[in-house]
Amino acid sequence: MTGRHATPSDPGTPAPPPGGGRSGTRTVRAPRTARPRTPGRGVPLPLLVPALLGLAFLLVPLLALLLRAPWRSLPEQLASPEVWQALRLSLVCATAATALSLVVGVPLAWLLARTDFPGRGLVRALVTLPLVLPPVVGGVALLLALGRNGVVGQWLDAWFGITLPFTTAGVVLAETFVAMPFLVISVEGTLRAADPRYEEAATTLGASRFTAFRRVTLPLVAPGIAAGAVLAWARALGEFGATITFAGNFPGRTQTMPLAVYLALQSDPAAAIALSLVLLAVSVAVLAGLRDRWMRTA
Amino acid sequence: MNRSAHRPRRPLRTAGAGVAVLLALSGCSASGSGTPGTAGGALSGTVTVFAAASLEESFTTLGERFEKEHPGTEVTFSFGGSDTLAAGIGNGAPADVFAAASTRTMGLVADEGLTADSPSTFVRNRLEIATLPGNPHGIGSLKDLTAPGLKVVLCDRAVPCGSAARTALAAADVELTPVSYAQDVKSALTKVELKEADAAVVYRTDVRAAGDKVEGVEFPEAAEAVNDYPIARLESARNPAAAKAFIALVKSPEGRKVLTGAGFLAP
Amino acid sequence: MPETAPKNPGRTPGPAGATPGPSAEGLDARLVVDRGSFRLDIALTAAPGDVVALLGPNGAGKTTALRALAGLAPLTAGHLLLDGAELHRTPPESRPVGVVFQDYLLFPHLTALDNVAFGPRCRGTGKAQARAQAAEWLDRMGLAEHAGAKPRRLSGGQAQRVALARALATHPRLLLLDEPLAALDARTRLEVRAQLRRHLAAFEAVAVLVTHDPLDAMVLADRLVVVEQGRIVQEGAPSDIARRPRTEYIAQLVGLNLYRGRADGHTVRLDAGPAVSTTEDLSGPAFVAFPPGAVTLHRDRPTGSSARNLWRCEVAGLEPHGDQVRVELTGELALAADLTTVAAAELDLHPGAPVWAAVKATQTHAYPA
Repeated sequence: MTGRHATPSDPGTPAPPPGGGRSGTRTVRAPRTARPRTPGRGVPLPLLVPALLGLAFLLVPLLALLLRAPWRSLPEQLASPEVWQALRLSLVCATAATALSLVVGVPLAWLLARTDFPGRGLVRALVTLPLVLPPVVGGVALLLALGRNGVVGQWLDAWFGITLPFTTAGVVLAETFVAMPFLVISVEGTLRAADPRYEEAATTLGASRFTAFRRVTLPLVAPGIAAGAVLAWARALGEFGATITFAGNFPGRTQTMPLAVYLALQSDPAAAIALSLVLLAVSVAVLAGLRDRWMRTA
Repeated sequence: MNRSAHRPRRPLRTAGAGVAVLLALSGCSASGSGTPGTAGGALSGTVTVFAAASLEESFTTLGERFEKEHPGTEVTFSFGGSDTLAAGIGNGAPADVFAAASTRTMGLVADEGLTADSPSTFVRNRLEIATLPGNPHGIGSLKDLTAPGLKVVLCDRAVPCGSAARTALAAADVELTPVSYAQDVKSALTKVELKEADAAVVYRTDVRAAGDKVEGVEFPEAAEAVNDYPIARLESARNPAAAKAFIALVKSPEGRKVLTGAGFLAP
Repeated sequence: MPETAPKNPGRTPGPAGATPGPSAEGLDARLVVDRGSFRLDIALTAAPGDVVALLGPNGAGKTTALRALAGLAPLTAGHLLLDGAELHRTPPESRPVGVVFQDYLLFPHLTALDNVAFGPRCRGTGKAQARAQAAEWLDRMGLAEHAGAKPRRLSGGQAQRVALARALATHPRLLLLDEPLAALDARTRLEVRAQLRRHLAAFEAVAVLVTHDPLDAMVLADRLVVVEQGRIVQEGAPSDIARRPRTEYIAQLVGLNLYRGRADGHTVRLDAGPAVSTTEDLSGPAFVAFPPGAVTLHRDRPTGSSARNLWRCEVAGLEPHGDQVRVELTGELALAADLTTVAAAELDLHPGAPVWAAVKATQTHAYPA
């Protein structure tokens, strides 16, 4: 005898069929409440120590830059118009490269995330290739493709009289080549995470696939796109190898900050540090500003 | 920037300067096994040579000869921009010999008291105009480089070939706006090799090394901007005997023959 | 328990669904969708004004059927005619079909008003006019004051109504609802079910709703189509299905003990073994059904009982069921019985206890299989 009263949890008792006409069990969505933090406040040591080490590793070099910066000669260094010229060019080109990446990169990300075509995995791998390619090689590749004598470039030159190397447009292209994969990968991830059924809902309401993308998907993944754009912008701003290889180095036209820093390093390390500080300050200011404005929902 | 000598026999021996610096800073020995020794006058061990990038071809040849003449030795090169190499030496990179492309960069090292003997010039290099094969634009002088539409690449003034080009242009009284100031002489040359630029002002040795991909044009003002290449043994040399012997080889008639074959001028 | 009987020769078509031809009004569909090892193959017909509920367990293919109707899942074979038009050749965005999705899928970045205006906008209505129409729909749903709210500010019931308004705003000729009440809590559900019933009753075209909840199906629909494993196993009016279930799944849903057997006069010999006396006079394959509440349990064999149906059983399990106790029995016949808690205690019921189960013939219902 196990007991007089059988309990509902009695093993072997099948789930009762709902009574006639009575509503049976149903799935009720749990109310959306903020998930409480895991109790137990302390951060485990095996996480804390490497985390702090990582943080120090990232911050100490920047700190060293600040400590060893030629503060006394800084005003003099920054008085040079070439600095501001290079900074302006850097900001303009990085922004243009980001815009270009958005225009072609977001559709590319959509293609990778939402459609199925043979060789999609391969295409995806190819898109990420510039991430691992040394930028200098990227620059050479761009020369071979879009240079005056390049596979495509010779026709651009012959038909339209366009030559891209040694021009500001060349800087933008070089930066786009290096920075766009960051955007594509980031946006593709966001698109994959986004519920594709919203697009279906739009379709049933009469939206074409493009309308659904433009009016539903795009606003939904906007935070992810913004994050990707910021990433691409930051990468473009620091771009050196592809730019100097493809677009060359001419003050005011193709000499961006990283190029100016590199060349200053050859002859005057103090000036190089001063330039780096300017670039650092501007990018930190811009990123912090964007973070507050745009990426709050990200 | 760092060019490793093209010697497939021992690909790992030619560590880049950056790696060498890193190894030095972390306290590791860059040149492994070599136990320096001159027992009975016979040389052995490793001799590490930091040399300007333009010396790559000729020094690699000389290194091989050195090893053949002195069995049991090994010559390890780190080729790079003279400034980078000088900075590496200043930061403690383990090198026995330093061969720079300008007296100024050698001065950076010597002024710190890092050279064991006073640097001496072993070759000189002068500028040439590198043009497309066959010189389709008929360039004959610096003045011709100012022709409208002509794309000319100069080295940035921060690097030796750039300051030399400035001196030469000033001597010729020519005002030239290039399409780009290259970060080093090889990348200036590459632009012509890839036919992206029509001409570049580079060193004779670079023109020679490029073979028939470019054509060299001499110009008289180059005499005003000749580069001296000094070489010196370093104070921190671990294998001073071998270092001395290597420098002797470079300065010997045999060494000079190899260097002039590459386009260098005798001092 | 008896095998399911997916045979349905005498299946009645929809109330007004007498073989709709190509030019007929309403829905005439045969949906065949192959998805790996799963195959959906169902025929659906409905006249304008009909509300059809697809009822079935999870994985039966109900949602696939709905997606096929909406054009979101391509048909492997079959046809789909709506008001005589060949819908299966029409891309989803051009079908006159409105869908209320299970969790509504209101566009989170748009206000309630813009969600409802989305359809008319996509179908070419000007912005101002689309918004005016949307405002009208929201007003009709009693949501006028929530027009400017983003979906995350709406309660479940409000979101459901916005979703319905959004689907109706395109004036669909076929309205599809996927588990329209599943996302709601029990209280809201009651209210929303009543409202939805009103709106569906007022809807002049065909409505098809998918649910696994028999109550939703019976309250909202004129006709139930029960789907199991991609096939229709039974269809008909809700009351008919509740009275005469033909599969174990439906019997469970409506809360009946169901057995299959062979009738000979007032006796049905069950496939499961014993015979059951019934009031109906039948012959041939038949079902017998009786509610758990009709079963009485006895410790000792009852004497002089009027119950003709008596089986020796053993208690397999007990569970509270409303204010009663549901007893699962095995033995001569597997069945469920409902008794009061007091009765259960008096009988000293526990798993393994031997009992006699009795059912009066008048409490049973037999019908041809």
